[in-house]
Amino acid sequence: MGSITLENVTKSFGDVEVIPPLNLEINEGEFVVFVGPSGCGKSTLLRLIAGLEDVSSGSIAIDREDATSIRPARRGLAMVFQSYALYPHMSVRKNIAFPLKMAGLEQADIDKKVDAAANILNLSDYIDRKPGQLSGGQRQRVAIGRAIVREPKAFLFDEPLSNLDAALRVNMRLEISELHQDLKTTMVYVTHDQVEAMTMADKIVVLRAGVIEQVGSPLELYRKPANKFVAGFIGSPNMNFLSGEAAQKHGAHTIGVRPEHLACSRESGMWKGTVGVAEHLGSDTFLYVTLNDGSNFTVRSDGNVDLNHGDTVYLSAEPENIYRFDENEQAIG
Amino acid sequence: MATDHSRIAARFMISPAVLLLLGWMIVPLSMTLYFSFLDYNLLSPGMEEWIGFMNYEYFLTDPAFFAALGNTFLLVAGVLVITITGGVALALLLDQPMWGQGIVRILVIAPFFVMPTVSALVWKNMFMNPVNGLFAHAAKAMGLAPFDFFAHAPLFSIIMIVAWQWLPFATLILLTVLQSLDKEQLEAAKMDGARKMSRFVHIILPHMSRAITVVILIQTIFLLSIFAEILVTTNGGPGYASTNITYLVYAQSLLQFDVGGGSAGGIVAVVLANIVAIFLMRMIGKNLEA
Ligand SMILES: Nc1ncnc2c1ncn2[C@@H]1O[C@H](COP(=O)(O)OP(=O)(O)O)[C@@H](O)[C@H]1O
Ligand SMILES: [Mg+2]
Repeated sequence: MGSITLENVTKSFGDVEVIPPLNLEINEGEFVVFVGPSGCGKSTLLRLIAGLEDVSSGSIAIDREDATSIRPARRGLAMVFQSYALYPHMSVRKNIAFPLKMAGLEQADIDKKVDAAANILNLSDYIDRKPGQLSGGQRQRVAIGRAIVREPKAFLFDEPLSNLDAALRVNMRLEISELHQDLKTTMVYVTHDQVEAMTMADKIVVLRAGVIEQVGSPLELYRKPANKFVAGFIGSPNMNFLSGEAAQKHGAHTIGVRPEHLACSRESGMWKGTVGVAEHLGSDTFLYVTLNDGSNFTVRSDGNVDLNHGDTVYLSAEPENIYRFDENEQAIG
Repeated sequence: MATDHSRIAARFMISPAVLLLLGWMIVPLSMTLYFSFLDYNLLSPGMEEWIGFMNYEYFLTDPAFFAALGNTFLLVAGVLVITITGGVALALLLDQPMWGQGIVRILVIAPFFVMPTVSALVWKNMFMNPVNGLFAHAAKAMGLAPFDFFAHAPLFSIIMIVAWQWLPFATLILLTVLQSLDKEQLEAAKMDGARKMSRFVHIILPHMSRAITVVILIQTIFLLSIFAEILVTTNGGPGYASTNITYLVYAQSLLQFDVGGGSAGGIVAVVLANIVAIFLMRMIGKNLEA
């Protein structure tokens, strides 16, 4: 239960094609993350799967059955919205019970399921409050509770953590991952934050302007990015790029090196530069280095590095850690 | 505005306005109160004398008073029911994307800009007139006898006219509120399996409830004092069939030149309006807290 297949799906708003023909297979029980910059069509894609938007062409199958023209409620999917979309005039209990009430369940059954969901999500103490009296994290949990009581075939999340503060975001990230371990239900999760994608996903789908750039596990994308866009998007801090002469030496149009793969030395190395800012975090040190050809590199090295503003530094990387791209930005080799 | 200091300053600042409003209200109210205890008829000037509660006794035991009380209630309730249900329905319709939306919205608002006397006369002479009215022509075209609205259903006719005037107001406010509803809530309800009717009952209507109470409050204040529409159409008749309290006070003091009796009626109307106001304020307060 819970596989989703998109076949040649397209979506246009008026004359603007937001999603060109797109194929994607989401397997049962997978945690799939759609990631990409703002405006690339992640939400649109999710809403097409949910049935909140009609596809312009192509088909969507859920559990191998065509669902392209089935209305949202009948698709058996539950969605958690970015704004949570809680019903403000209903208590937490009524909010969570709403889908069950609409499904026409007995009141006793509803109460049992709502209590169970509230227990899982630690909401029991707030069950009679209205959404307006809850904190952001609690609202988020109510929204998730409303989704899990329906026992859907798959969960759809649209940037659910973007309204939370940093600390809470880390917590909720863990909670959602744990929820996935417990329920083993398919989850489709949209975010623009590659850290969320890397930490939560079984499978990441990288999107740019409605086009799938690459699909794969977090480490696959990290180790073998298919092109410059994916290489630059996945990994934090971002990959450093060099083009021109330095790249031609390696037989490429552009080369890329991740900050964590750069070694620095005061005496010799592949690229010479000057330290601009040095951030000493204790565990790590981030160096922002301006190379002699004018390009900027970020270097992540261990906490013992004793380099400061204005120091001259030589950077180098192992050959296997240098990513090479051709003039079409595709990876070489 | 949280500190004691700023609160005191705020009270001090608004006191001139409050005092002015109080004076504005107190002077006419106390004069009316004073007249209501006098035998004061314009036909015999200079003969005023103190008669205690006699005016009140006459006014409250007059059969016309009970008729007017009932009519006032029917008028307010009837117009509220029509404008609220009609307003909700029209707001839902106007919220749909459609061709010529801007023009249609302006057309819907238009009746509110027509003066009460004018709109009542238009209805009386052009629609409801049993000989020349549009309704009479329509009835004749269908082979039915024309209906004389103001003779046979005077109060109903006035309710229709007033409702026509107030429908745009209700529609406008409810449409604004409808447009402020978070679309994601509706989509969430869709995902949760709510059909159109359930979405209306469980999501849209609760969202509009505050605005509906505000519309009820504002309209009630104005509807309690409906006067022009009655004056230019039925003159309160036939008999007292379309007389409300406001019109009765007018008839008493200006048609019968009985200033004392009219004042007593005015005070009774003030008391009644305040009772209604207390109920409404309670209802609104409860709705605004949530
Ligand atoms: N209802 C709509 N009408 C017209 N254009 C839309 C609509 N919804 C989204 N778009 C456009 O589609 C593109 C993708 O939007 P969206 O899926 O929300 O991006 P993301 O969620 O990745 O930030 C954007 O350029 C946006 O302007
Ligand atoms: Mg989005």
